[in-house]
Amino acid sequence: MQASVVRVLIAVTAAFVFANCADAQGAKPVELKVGITTFTSGAASVFGVPAKAAAELWVEDFNAKGGLNGVKITPVFVDEGLGGEKFLSEYRRVVQDQGVKVMLASISSGDCNVVAPVAEDLKVIDIMWDCGTEKILEDKRYQYVFRTTSNAVTEMVAAAVHLLRVKPDFKTIAVVNQDYAWGRDSWEIFRNALLALKPDTRVVAELFPKFGAPDFSTEITRLQALKPDVIVSTAWGGDLDTFIRQANQRGLTKTSQFVLPLAESSLERLGKSIPDGVIVGMRGDAYFADPDFKSDAKIKAFVQKFHAKTGAYPIYPVSHVVQALQAVVDAYTVAIKANKGQWPGTDQVADAMRTLEFRALSRPIKIRADGQALQGQLLGVTKSVPELPFALIDQLTLVPADLVTTPVGQKSPEWVKTLKSDLVKSDRIKIVGTPVVTK
Amino acid sequence: MNLDLLVLALADGLSYAGLLFLVALGLTLIFGVMGILNVAHGSLYAFGGYTAASLSGIAIQWDPSTVLLLACLPAAAIVVGVILGAALEIGLLRRVQRGDAVVPLLITFAAFMIFEDLQKLLWGTSPYSAPEVVTRLGTIDVAGGTFNCYQLLLIPGVALAAYVLLEFFLKRTNLGKQVTAVTHNREVATALGINAKRIGLVTFVLGAVLGALGGALAAPTTSLLPGVGTDTIVLSFAVVATAGLGQITGALIAALLIGLARSVAVYMAPELEVVVPYLIMVIVLLVRPNGLFAIAQARKI
Repeated sequence: MQASVVRVLIAVTAAFVFANCADAQGAKPVELKVGITTFTSGAASVFGVPAKAAAELWVEDFNAKGGLNGVKITPVFVDEGLGGEKFLSEYRRVVQDQGVKVMLASISSGDCNVVAPVAEDLKVIDIMWDCGTEKILEDKRYQYVFRTTSNAVTEMVAAAVHLLRVKPDFKTIAVVNQDYAWGRDSWEIFRNALLALKPDTRVVAELFPKFGAPDFSTEITRLQALKPDVIVSTAWGGDLDTFIRQANQRGLTKTSQFVLPLAESSLERLGKSIPDGVIVGMRGDAYFADPDFKSDAKIKAFVQKFHAKTGAYPIYPVSHVVQALQAVVDAYTVAIKANKGQWPGTDQVADAMRTLEFRALSRPIKIRADGQALQGQLLGVTKSVPELPFALIDQLTLVPADLVTTPVGQKSPEWVKTLKSDLVKSDRIKIVGTPVVTK
Repeated sequence: MNLDLLVLALADGLSYAGLLFLVALGLTLIFGVMGILNVAHGSLYAFGGYTAASLSGIAIQWDPSTVLLLACLPAAAIVVGVILGAALEIGLLRRVQRGDAVVPLLITFAAFMIFEDLQKLLWGTSPYSAPEVVTRLGTIDVAGGTFNCYQLLLIPGVALAAYVLLEFFLKRTNLGKQVTAVTHNREVATALGINAKRIGLVTFVLGAVLGALGGALAAPTTSLLPGVGTDTIVLSFAVVATAGLGQITGALIAALLIGLARSVAVYMAPELEVVVPYLIMVIVLLVRPNGLFAIAQARKI
């Protein structure tokens, strides 16, 4: 009797000791929990819902192929639509109570801003998988915070450069952006970049209709009276749909050259409501019909699976979430190798992230020392084709990220003003594939 | 700002005012007759819009004539208004008529939140629209600007017709006179043999149809999204408060005032666009706390 109790005690103690040692030595966990914050409610669910579907699809596929050295990834989703305080406490909850080791947060730049310092405190890897604000990584050095996509500066400077390549001789420009942080900040960057590259440009109207505006009639009438050569808008979602549809119905798209850097995400919904010849882009360089990857089996299979699951083609937030997930597993793989096959700690994964080069649904992406990824930008013009009920993007141009991104250690507002006009002529900016041939 | 620009601004304001008026009209009618501030009116707008977009989407597959495509819009409004309006009145509001005035307000607010989620279940979160009819109706040039016939002529036309028909209904028809009588004094009207319950139902359904019609007419030019009902209800509250609760002609004038001021603001001071309706409301309420057209309590509509 006595002996058996002692034996049990020894066994239990041994188990505890073993468990502790195992943890310290980096035994494989049962699963790797990855938190993903995304909008499943509110206006931004046009991005959040497809991205969530893509994340589920990708993780399912990844786990089916054996996971990360046999460790399965378990996604934990948090709705950004909760807003501010509630969102932050959900973020803390999944990290502290549910043992999430990596957070993919967020779509909203505001949310990214709120959680970055918290992630640093909690020592959890925080990947800004979609939000664009360049300020977070420029204002402060973080150990655990990274961005696996391009930022607003890359995107806006690339759009300005592309506009000047396609239409070098315009004089006047007007803007119609949503009245919130992204609408204001992106125009600030675009305007400063454009004025640095082409100082004789005249800005004739700066219109900021409210976020979620149901009607753009007055803005369109005003633009008809002003007749700017170029109209730029970084709007997205329902706002962009309404604006383009009304502008097209009233002939404004015929008299002004439209530049819509985020419109890739609206094309399928717009159908035939967007005319040919509008300059459009996406945040990043992943486009489902990119001719460079026409015969890439992996990308093709993903596009097909995504279409089968959701009934729609992937848009840029889809590639963003896949990029972030790919970066996580690649960083873990590098860290495991560096750790001689043992499961790495958070610091080791963070170190691996900082020098990571990875590839998801487009060209290779490199993470810089400040945690910012260098991802090129694809822009082109809309072109309707008989095979699809919506416009494709034709004459795709790839702008390499390092040409149009603020260097590490510099501040974007100053850097953008130092741009020189020969940037536009850089021979590193290249046409992708061959333009769609019309019969 | 020269005269040409003013004409352009007025043309824009007209269409905006038309939609605003239709929604505010339903709201003010229900308040006038029943004393209920119907928060769920915003959901009726949203449901009207979504249903119209879905109906047009189905109709378009049969390659219909423009008239048929146009008819989808009021048809959607009537279906939504009658079903949801009657359900709200019979299922909820009728049961709390005698209670505190704040109870119906809370009930319609609850209904509004339920409808908001129901709408997400039915239509999801992607933007919906029904732009085909606008393209079919073509454009018209006014003072150097190109406008949609749909927005410049059809919407203000429908709004005006709704106003004239409602005035005719209330002043010239038997049922309308009964509505007016109930508005004056519910108990006396009941004593005179008017079925006040029935009048309540008729009014509520009529108001609901008007709200849904606002949404249905907006569907071809806007993108319907979750939350569209909230924006609408807040703005139409501003119209109704400016006009004076229960004032039909007042709502017409207030909607015009707010619609025109908003579009002039886009020209002169775009930063003020969002705040203009509320600015007008505050100024009016400071001078006339019961609204522009509120008459002493004797009659509400």
